[in-house]
This record gives sequence, structure tokens and C-alpha cells, in this order.
Amino acid sequence: MSTHHIQLTVNGQVRAADVPARLLLVHLIRDNFDLTGTHIGCDTTSCGACTVLLNGKPVKACTVLAVQADGADVLTVEGLEQGGQLHPVQEGFTAKHGLQCGFCTPGMMLTAVALLRANPDPTEDEIRWGISGNLCRCTGYMNIVKAIQYAAEKLQVQEAQPA
Amino acid sequence: MIPPAFDYAAPTSLPEALALLGQNPDAKVLAGGHSLIPAMKFRMATPALLVDINRIDGLAYLREDGGWLKIGAMTREADLDGSDLVRARYPLLADTARMIADPLVRNLATIGGNLAHADPANDHPATMLAYRAQIMALGPGGERVIPIGEFFTGPFTTALQPTEILTEIRIPARQPGDGGCYLKLERKVGDYATAAVAVQVNVDAAGVCTAAGVALTNLGLTPIQCGAAEAALKGRPLDDGAIKTAARLAGEAAEPIGDYRGSEDYKRSLVRTLTTRALRTALERAKA
Repeated sequence: MSTHHIQLTVNGQVRAADVPARLLLVHLIRDNFDLTGTHIGCDTTSCGACTVLLNGKPVKACTVLAVQADGADVLTVEGLEQGGQLHPVQEGFTAKHGLQCGFCTPGMMLTAVALLRANPDPTEDEIRWGISGNLCRCTGYMNIVKAIQYAAEKLQVQEAQPA
Repeated sequence: MIPPAFDYAAPTSLPEALALLGQNPDAKVLAGGHSLIPAMKFRMATPALLVDINRIDGLAYLREDGGWLKIGAMTREADLDGSDLVRARYPLLADTARMIADPLVRNLATIGGNLAHADPANDHPATMLAYRAQIMALGPGGERVIPIGEFFTGPFTTALQPTEILTEIRIPARQPGDGGCYLKLERKVGDYATAAVAVQVNVDAAGVCTAAGVALTNLGLTPIQCGAAEAALKGRPLDDGAIKTAARLAGEAAEPIGDYRGSEDYKRSLVRTLTTRALRTALERAKA
């Protein structure tokens, strides 16, 4: 099996690794880089617990090879907090009780971040459509939607009043 | 789950990719990977070499040119779904892209991979049969055109040679009076279709159907083109009677098996209902 030297940016930090071809991106993130906020749920591209942003787009890291991420920009849940400040999406999940067991939460939040970048003022339907690839087995969708609505409002206020 | 061991190469040009395929009989092309990587995890596919074509420039595009909508094989489903051109002029394609898997999968999954994988449950195959699309394949001997009707030769099997790469899909450019629709019943987002129907019609100023494509997803070992339903529509006014007849014939063309998604009878009944609704929507879109 071929081994590949790869270099990528993870949460703003340049990281390198020598990876066998079959190593999955989710394992690179969790095992090589020790960023265990990215979860493994179904491992079959269904649940979205392993969602990370790959070059800004939410993808399921259980279905991407680590070597495919060579040169890419990856954002995981650990990269959401900036300078001790929670990201508005994280704040929304706290304020609106957007998690119960918390297993889907990292993936759910990264999908929400990408959704709000593309569509800063989504309708409830658009939020539900946007998170339809992320499963919450506690079925806490009502509060997840509210958390994302909270974040949308907060981000729009921030946008209107630049620091 | 971790896939079995394999070698990996990421060529940056098509000639380089073709050379790798030519030298390695057990190689597979990696496009979006959202069928192939799961298949490898389950040991349903065990290629010795993956030829990743994601780093080859110029394989992702959408353009109308010379009477065709030309779609680069590496165009992501999300880019089809988000395309104003597709939404405005190719509603059957827009409907289809929006129903494939889920929004995250669509960020990586490609139209070329969806067709080349030839899973009878994949959504683009029926749509391309209804459109009378063409597949462009590049191999060691150059480029060739494969009419979509000759492309699907069996479950997970196509007319592509192991040494060829699917490079482009061509859909006849929208004509006045064209309308189409894809309707899919799925148990949940991301599931395969319990049943799905693709229809594409052309209706002239007098309301007569001048061309019709009707095809089915996940209702047999390959996508099914419903020739009898198409013949029943063509040359006649696209009215309730014609739609009813076509829906009945589409139901007869289906070859469903009863499974946890529903019985054979239920699926045939679904085909009739979905065909009726899809034809009505296609007709409205044709008139718009």
C-alpha cells in the first residue's frame, strides 16, 4: 500500500503527516492530530457526526481519504472558538439547549456554520433542509433549529455593527 | 471501518490518468468517492489502485454549447443543485440533483460518479434516460460517444471499458415546449428511492406531445426506460387520458422486488402515481 506525505491546514494551523492511502480523514483528525471533537457515528456516510469543513464546505470525514485532503483547509469543532470567545453557533447551542447527549453536536454546528455563511438569514425550512444530512438520535431538532436561528440573528447583528 | 489496503495516485492530467488505468487492470477511478469508499469499506470493491481524478483541472463545468447542455463529469451535485442555468432551463436535472443523498454528500458526490457507478438505485441514470443524454468516454484510443440507452448493461455495470474515463454528460439543450420532472419517494433524506420516476416531454403550441422520455429508478436491476409509456404519449395531446395510459404502462414496465421499502404491488402503484404527477408537473413546466 502506498504511503503519502501530506500537508494541510487544520483550524488555521499547518499540519503534516505520513499517511497510508487507506487512512480516512476522520481518523487522521482524531488519531494523528488528537482532535477528538470530530465524532465517528455510523461510519457509513449517513449520520454526519464526523462532519468537518473541507475548504469551507461541510463533508462527512468518514468518507474522505486523508490523502485527498492534502493541501486542503480543514475546520473542526475545536477551531470554532476564537480568542476565548465561543462562535455564535456554539453560543446558540448553549443558549437554546441545542444538545442533549451532544454526540451529533460538533457535526451539527459545523454544518450550521457553513449554512449561515451561504445563507445568513435562513427560513426554518432552509435550516431543516440544511441539516438534513446530520442526524440527532436524541431527536432534539426543535432546539437545534432554535440554536441556529439564534446564531443567525447574532451573526447579523455582528455584521451590522463591526467592532 | 477501514478499507482494505490499496495504492493511490492523484494524476493532474487526463493522459496521466489514462496511462495509470492502462497499466493497472485492477485500478478504479475515484471521483466524489461517496459510493466507492463505502463499497471499499464493506469489501464490495477491492481495487488495487485508486486513480483520484479530483486534481485534474477542467472536469467540472456546466455550459450550453452546440445544441447540448455539457456537464463535466466532476461537477458536484451541490453545484448542479445551485446552478441558476439548471434551475431555469433543466428542471428535471434540478429536481434530481436536489434529491440525491443529503446536502453534505452532495458537496463531494459527482454526476459522473453517479452514472459510472450504475447502481440501479442511483438517481441520475433514469433522468439521463428520460433526457436521451450522451456519455462521453475518453480512452487510450481517444474519445467516443455512448448513447445513454446503451450505457447501463447490468447492475453496477456499464459500457465503459476499464481503461476509459467518463469525462462529460451531454443533455439535449432546452427547446421551446420542453418540460421535465423527477419525483422520488424516499423514507428519509439520504435513503434510496422506494420508487422514483423521471419524465421529460416536449409539447407543441397545440398541446400535442412531440417527444417523451419516461424512466424509473430502483425498480429493476438497471434503470428502466419505459418505451411503451413513451410511445403512448408521443404524437397525442398530453391530456388526462394520455397521462393515465402512460402511468399504467410505466407501472407495467417496472420490475420491482418486494423488500423492507414496500411490496411489489405497492411499488408498482407508486410508479403509476409518481408518473401521473410527474407528467402533470412536466406539462405545466413545458407551458411556462
